[in-house]
Parts: sequence; structure tokens; C-alpha cells
Amino acid sequence: MTDFTMKKGADGAAIITWDVQGKSMNVLSMEGANTLSDLIDDALADDAVKGIVITSGKKDFAAGMDLNVIAGMREAGGAQGVFDGVMGLHHLLRKIELAGMDRKTKKGGKPIATALPGTALGIGLELPLATHRIFAADNAKAKIGLPEIMVGIFPGAGGTTRLARKLGAMAAAPFLLEGKLSDPKKAKAAGLIDEVSEDPLAAAREWVLAASDADIIKPWDAKGYKMPGGEPFHPAGFMTFVGASAMIHGKTMGVYPAAKALLSAVYEGAMVPFDQALKIEARWFTNVLMNPSSSAMIRSLFINKEALEKGANRPEAPDQTVRKVGILGAGMMGAGIAYVSAMAGIEVVLIDAAQASADKGKAYSEGLLDKAISRKKSTEEKKAEVLGRITATTDYDALKGCDLIVEAVFEDPSVKAEVTKKAEAVIPEDAIFATNTSTLPISDLARASSRPEQFIGIHFFSPVDKMLLVEIIKGRETGPRAVAKALDFVRQIRKTPIVVNDERFFYANRCIIPYINEGIRMVGEGVNPTLIENAAKMMGMPLGPLQLVDETSIDLGVKIAKATRAAMGDAYPDGAVDEVIFAMADAGRMGRKANAGFYDYDEKGKRQGLWAELDARYPQSDDQPELTEVQHRLMFAQTLEAVRALESGVLEDIREGDVGAILGWGFAPWSGGPFGWLDMLGAARAVDICDGLTERHGDRFKAPALLREMAEKGESFYGRFGSKAQAA
Amino acid sequence: MTDAFIYDAARTPRGKGRPDGSLHEVTSLALSARLLNAVKERNNLEGHAVEDVIWGNVTQVKEQGGCLARSAVLASDLDERIPGLSINRFCASGMEAVNLAANQIRGGAGSAYIAGGVEMMGRVAMGSDGAAIAVDPSLAMKSYFVPQGISADIIATEYGFDRDQADALALESQRRAAQAWQEGRFDKSIVPVIDQNGLTILDRDEYMRPGTTIDDLAKLKPAFKEMGEMMPGFDKVAMLKYPHLSAIDHIHHAGNSSGIVDGAAAVLIGNEEFGKAHGLKPRARIRATAKIGTDPTIMLTGPVPVTEKILRDSGMSIGDIDLFEVNEAFASVVLRFMQAFQVDPAKVNVNGGAIAMGHPLGATGAIIIGTLLDELERQDKNVGLATLCIASGMGAATIIERV
Repeated sequence: MTDFTMKKGADGAAIITWDVQGKSMNVLSMEGANTLSDLIDDALADDAVKGIVITSGKKDFAAGMDLNVIAGMREAGGAQGVFDGVMGLHHLLRKIELAGMDRKTKKGGKPIATALPGTALGIGLELPLATHRIFAADNAKAKIGLPEIMVGIFPGAGGTTRLARKLGAMAAAPFLLEGKLSDPKKAKAAGLIDEVSEDPLAAAREWVLAASDADIIKPWDAKGYKMPGGEPFHPAGFMTFVGASAMIHGKTMGVYPAAKALLSAVYEGAMVPFDQALKIEARWFTNVLMNPSSSAMIRSLFINKEALEKGANRPEAPDQTVRKVGILGAGMMGAGIAYVSAMAGIEVVLIDAAQASADKGKAYSEGLLDKAISRKKSTEEKKAEVLGRITATTDYDALKGCDLIVEAVFEDPSVKAEVTKKAEAVIPEDAIFATNTSTLPISDLARASSRPEQFIGIHFFSPVDKMLLVEIIKGRETGPRAVAKALDFVRQIRKTPIVVNDERFFYANRCIIPYINEGIRMVGEGVNPTLIENAAKMMGMPLGPLQLVDETSIDLGVKIAKATRAAMGDAYPDGAVDEVIFAMADAGRMGRKANAGFYDYDEKGKRQGLWAELDARYPQSDDQPELTEVQHRLMFAQTLEAVRALESGVLEDIREGDVGAILGWGFAPWSGGPFGWLDMLGAARAVDICDGLTERHGDRFKAPALLREMAEKGESFYGRFGSKAQAA
Repeated sequence: MTDAFIYDAARTPRGKGRPDGSLHEVTSLALSARLLNAVKERNNLEGHAVEDVIWGNVTQVKEQGGCLARSAVLASDLDERIPGLSINRFCASGMEAVNLAANQIRGGAGSAYIAGGVEMMGRVAMGSDGAAIAVDPSLAMKSYFVPQGISADIIATEYGFDRDQADALALESQRRAAQAWQEGRFDKSIVPVIDQNGLTILDRDEYMRPGTTIDDLAKLKPAFKEMGEMMPGFDKVAMLKYPHLSAIDHIHHAGNSSGIVDGAAAVLIGNEEFGKAHGLKPRARIRATAKIGTDPTIMLTGPVPVTEKILRDSGMSIGDIDLFEVNEAFASVVLRFMQAFQVDPAKVNVNGGAIAMGHPLGATGAIIIGTLLDELERQDKNVGLATLCIASGMGAATIIERV
């Protein structure tokens, strides 16, 4: 069975149907493209064919290019291979666009339309853009757009060039540079597609049989074409392009090569004829694909994220779909977990010590749903349905029949032990008990359980409804069914899981804390705090360490510091950090929630500049470090911790380390994660930098033995530990 | 090496570069040609008297395009054997014309040149010739491009100049320019602009606002705040380049930045034999010239390193300079120059500058050399240095010495 098949109708319409066997969504492979090319040749050569419609045999049109194929193209043929492959696609799409017409008179071409039954993403929109008219079904769930930029590439099959010429640089920007997706009606309003129709295939068929020579000439192939909004040296266009560079530069902090390359493709392409513009687009696209950042992003944000979501590390166990979840503690976290569970269709029992607290926890869901309704993202019916699934109560008997418990009470072992016992007295024997602790060892908490093999950590990040990562922690005695249960639950609530072992702070917090601490330590040393924050952001961190600790709160930092100090005793290395944060706490600068932290906030809680008094308290030294020194300190504080987590077995799979870092705390997505970053740097160079940092700043930067060994052997993380990734 | 001498320096008055400006009715060709005619008449330049006309001009499109220098020679009464060379080094084009001419003479290529420039900013809009550095993403991002006004504000932020200091400098520029006109200090150089009938169109700088008070200036809105902080957000680009800055202090506005005007200037430069042959007395020797490239983002700090370079190259020190002309592109540019060299403000831009009188881009470099020479003569001082900041991160300087 081939990906594309063609049926020629007696009316002269040839219908090409895209239907990749064995997949729920169409993706384009090179073989598929070749088949399509042959079918187009056949239809164009056949005098009985008057027009062609391309459609899908599935409920959606296509999800895009097979990114594994793109990765393969690069590995097999290098830059030339990618460029030739991309130009091959351009020739195919250009053949469709010109449709056999005489290039001079623009006459004699055959109308070609696309009929989109549903979602059309990436090449799934680039192909339609090359046809003469796009019809989409009136399907509010369909998503239409070019999301390539989200995984570190850009639309490279003519989508960039065609959309920029169709809409103009300014209007195309949200779709190209932000990967904005639209439903069919909005896509039509924006000019991405032409018609929304009940039966797009019938409408397209009718159109191709009736279209005239003039109807199938693209604006850019017509005489006198002018780019909407002006080309770069048109006065209006000039301002657009000047502004675009500045905006992209500021927004991406200069670390995402794809956005830069895309903008260059649009700029350079806008000044030349269409076929030259396609070559320019192909050269920049090749450039981006050859950039290690794009392969690292595709690897982590697409291939491995999906693999983890599909249960790459799920132990063999029968289906563990959660039907009824009991949530202990209706605070911020419990309320959030209740919301995402109820949204996923799971029955929820939300328990707190006082009814008012339980009700407040449920009201959180109501608030989120009301907001969604006001934004037309939900309806009153849906709200009633979701809220109907949540029972807010103080009565532990309500937990009867729960197959999963998520405990989210106060971070105090004795409180947790008490609710564990109370719940286990009621719930079925085979129920799994999960704790949402972020700081306490799972194995210790499991002591309160009579069924430790059914006891596990499921660590959510705040705010639960927004954060994509869930960290699943195996205690010493946690059994495989508990892991499978946690993974199936995470899949139900549509988040991305990583599975780690039980050590202090697990994985995410273990890496975040040293990052925050390094920033605070530098403040104490007299490094310009602005430099610290900007250095972090210029590495692609979403928040500088000082802003981050303001968000998580200074008192939490103090609490963690005290606990860690108590646990580590004399070996505790962060005294210099404590001096600063204890002083901040003493000054009442508890962070955003107190409207006062390392930053100032206005009365509405909007962040202003850094706290003016910081300068007086921690005078900036005259000898400020280089930007890269600050960046290395902030990056190695995190990445070395990730390596140590791998070394000690907390992490079992580097894919989880990378995906978890990006989704969990926004670790420089352009790098593909801490291990991706270290691979780009190379182990030898990383060790060199560590040696220098150790000499200047102390033993916390000592290269772990694993990294040193890899440097000696010339190994990379994905080379050494990537076999699991290959199997995906 | 042959010495290059300045024999004459002439300029037109500067008209407001707006549709209601007095020179708006005059073409850049006509303005150039009439000034060339004046230089010819003032110095009896009959026949093939000079080697070339080197004409600075920034926006070389439309009527300023097509090698305006050659067109101006042909439109003037100069001999057609004198060719014409249009050059562009942005704001220092007029100075670069003089420096090029001087260095050719010093190297023995020709005995005399007319060097200067023109810019009709009201007729040919600044930036209308395009600029890859601003618009081509591959360079705009690599060079952290921001518009000049943002650069001027970065200088203020980085070197600690506030709005009050900038406004005070602007006010002093107005005061000095007014006094200079009152006392006729520009008389030697000014060539009134006349029409084809000999009727006067403009005979004095019309951009000046002599009555300006510090309160007037205080009322003006920062000109680059919005493009910096909002759309498209150039401050973010600046902070990527200078990550130690937490915010850019937007202190510049229309009143403490140079004015958009129309105008032209020309300097007659020749060797000693040329003077003798034409019965002309040299007024000053061009002692040194220099140019340099600098950080393109902060862009306008060039006067400092180019001054360091010209002093080093010529074995001089800052104390050897009696008077300075530092083009008032923006107040912070001059403030930074004075801060870096700790020079007495009384010696800098003695007769005001571009904030008061305007900055016709292609001409200014030649204008300030003439102004400097006039003032050296008036004060009977010897050595003067003129310098300008330049777009895309460059600087240029000239040292002249009376003879």
C-alpha cells in the first residue's frame, strides 16, 4: 500500500488520497513524496483529467514531516543531502503550483485544490499552500498552522516563502515565528486557507472542474506582484524588517538559530523571483538542520518527549488506567491535581481536614473553568460535567473505590504518615498510593504504608494545570505496577513523565536548587545582579536565578537550606548562599508573594526592577566577571548536578534528564537539555571549564568521574547512553 | 611629504529640513553648484585649477544619486576637466572628503581639491537609501543593530549622563550659536544661498531657537523611549549586548539631538605651489587625519578612540589641542568626549553646534573644520581638532594647525 492513491472520476476530477497505513496521522516520508510526484505527473499528462484534488483518507489531513526522516537526511548526506532533499520537495510542490501551465502565457495548467478534513500541520499545510485553493472542513477541533519553530526548525518546504508572499512579512509573522495554530474559520480569516465548507472534498472537486486559467495563477507568479506590506526596501516594509530583527533578537535572546534563519530566508527571498526565493529558503533550512541546536531540540522536544509520553520506560504491567483518584489535601497542589484529573474524565475525591478548605480546593477548578468559558475555550455544560466529577469532602470513607491516591498535604512526615494510614484503612488493597512531596524521601514516607511496593512519588510542578512535567519517584520498595499506574495516570492527564529514583530532591529540584544558589552566591560576592539575571536569560533560561527564587519564595529557600544543613552537617557547602538569603528573609523580602524579594513589585504584584537596596547591601565589585564566566557558573551548577544524578542512578535514562529539564524548569530549550548541552560543548571542553571553575570558585564544580572518563575516551552522552533513545 | 593647506572654507546657511524650510525649494544639485561657484569666485579657480571635487553625501538616491559630485561640477562654472567623486562615510562624509583630499595632496596626487559635501535632508529623507545593517537579519542581529538615538541613550546610561546634563549642553549650544551669529563669527565662511536671478533665498542658519529655556527643554518627550521599550523593543537588543545594564535611560529628545537641516560646505585644499600659483595665502595646515571602526551597537563613541588614535599617530597629546569641534549628533556624544579627555567645555564647540544649528549629514564634517579654523583665527590660537561620531560604529578626526 502506498501513502498516496489516485482515483480518476468520469467528471475529469482526479482525487489523490493521502492515507499512510499503520499510522493514525499522515506524515510525509520521502517515499510518500515520490509517490505523490508520480501521481501528479500521471494526472497532468492524462487528457481526461481536468482537475486534481488532494485530500486525506483519515479524519485529519497531516501532522507534518516525519522528523525522523529529516534527522536521517542529515545523518546520511550532510548539508548536501539535506539541501538536495529539500530542493526535491520544492520541485514537487512547484510542479503542483505550476500544474503544467505554459510558463510564459500561464495558460493550460490544471487546477489543483486541497480538501482538508481536519488538522493540517507543517508540510500538511505547506503542501496545500502550493495548490491553487484550500478547502477545509468546518471542524472546530482542526488545527491549521506551521509549528516547526517550536521544535527548533522552520517551515522549509516552501511554507515560509509562500506564506510571507501571501500575507506579507508582518501578517505572516505569528504563523511562522510563533508557530500559531488556528481552527479552520480563523485560518480562513487570516488568509491561510481559502474556504471552510461542510464537505470540502465536494467543494474542491467542483472548484477544480470550474476554475479558469486565471484562477490558478499564484499572485507571485502573476505580473506586477508586490509583497503585501512592502518588500524590505519599500518604506513600510523597511520598518517591518528592521523591527522584526530587533523583536526576534530580543525575544529569542539570540539563542535560537531557527528564528534568525527564518527571518533571513524571508528577507532575502522577498527581493528575488519566487524560484530563487525557494533556493534561499532551502539554504537557510539546511543551515538550521545542520545546526546542533536543531537536532538537539527535535530529539528532546519531539522524538524523546513523545517516546516518554508513550511509555518508553513503563514496566510490563496490565493497563492501569485510573478511574477514581483520591486527593489528600486541597491546597494549591491538591486543587490543581484535582482539576487536571477531573478534566481527564477521572472521578475525583478531594479531601481536606476542614470542609471549607476542601470546597476552596474545588472552587479552584471552577475558577479555571470560568476563565476558560470567558475565553470561549469551554462551555457551561463542560464545566458542570467536570465539577460533577469532583467530590470535596472531609470524609475518608469517600475514598472507597479509589484506585489511586495522591497525597498532597503539608510537607511534614508525621502529617503525611497519619493521612497515609487513614487512607490505606479505606482504599482497596490493590490501590496505589502516591505522594506529591517535593523534598521528602519517598522511601522514608513509605514506612507509614502497609504496602510499600504500592507506594510511589508523583511530583507535580506548580501551577499544576500549566506545567507539563510530572516526576515519578520510585522508593526503595516501589514495585513495577505502581510505576505503571503512575505512568498511565500521567498519560491520562496528558503530561510528560520522567521516572527517577529516590535521592534528596529527586531530579528536578536537585538541579534547580544549585542554579538558584549560584545566582545568590554571586550576589554575595558583589557580582552585578543585572548581569547575573541577563547572563542566565542569554543562555536561554526563562528566568534568572534571582527571579526564580522570588517566584518559589525565599522562605522556602531558607527552609530547604536549614533542612539540608541539618542533614549534611559539616559537609554543607552553601554557607555563603545562606548568608544572603537569611538576610533577605530577615528583611522581610520573601519573594513575589510578599511583593518584595530580590526584585521590587508594585502594589498589583507586577515585577519592577531589582531591589534598589541590593547595591548597598552587596556592593558591586569593581572587577566584574566576564559574561561567559557567569554563564558557565549558572549552567554547570545545573548540568553537573544532572550528571551526578545519572552517575548515582537517580536518573536511569538521559532522555528523561533532558526532557525533564526543559519541561520541568525551562532549562535552555535550544540546547535540548543538560546532556544535549554538554554534548554540544564536548566532554573534554566541559572538563576543562570545570577545572577552571573549581580553581576559582570551589569544589562544587569538580567534574564528576563519569564526565572525566568520557572526556578521556572522547565520548558523548548520547553516544554512550543513547542506545535506549535509538530503540524508541 | 608635501603639506596640505586649507586655503578657503565656505558653507551655506542651514535651512530647516522640512517642507516649510527656506532651502526646501532648492535642489541638492543647485545648492552644490552654487557653493562650488562661490569657491571658484572667491579663489579665482579658472580652468583645470583643481584635481577633483570630492563631495560627501549620505543619502545617495534620487536627486542626490548618480554621483552628485560630477553632476554638481557640470552644473557649476567649474572646468569640465575637473571630475567629481561622491563619497559616503555617513555623518563624517564631509570630513572624509577633506581628509581624502589632504592625503592625496600629501601623497603627491594632485595639487588642489575642493572637498566638502551636501545633504538636503528635507528633500531626500535620511534612510531612504536603505541600509543592510538595519534591515538584513543576518547582520542586524550579528551587530546588535539599534537606531542611533538608542545608541546615544546607551552612551548616557553606560557613562552616567542624565537628562539635566544633556539639556544643559543643548541650551549652551543654543546660547553659543546665537552669540556667534550676533558677533558675526561665521561671516568669513557663510555663502548666502541665491537663486538663478541672484536673489537671496537664505543668509543665516534658520534652525536655531535662541530663546530656548531649560524649562522648554524639560517639557520635551524622550524621542527613543517607545521604540526602545515597546515596539519593536530595541532596549532588549541593547541589553543583550550590554548585559550589565538593567535598563536604558532614554534622555535624548528633539531638543538635545542634532537638527534635521539642508546645507552644504566646501573646503579648498592645496599644496604650497598651488597657493603661489593662484596668489592664495594658506590659512592652516592639515596636520593629521584619522578614522576608526568601533562597537556598532553603542555606535557613537567613535570620537574618543579616533582622537586617541590621531594623537598617537601624530605624536601629540590632548594638551596640544587649543580648540575642539565635536559634532553634536546627540548631547551624550559630546558629554562622553569631554568626560574621556577631561577637556574644558569652554574649548569645545565654542560657537555652538549641530544641536542648535543642525546637522546636514554629508556636509557637517566640512562645516566643523571651517568653523574650527574661523575660531582659531578669531582667538588667535594654533591647533584645533574636529571629530565626529559615525553610524554603524565609526569615528573620524582631523587636526589642523594655523600657519
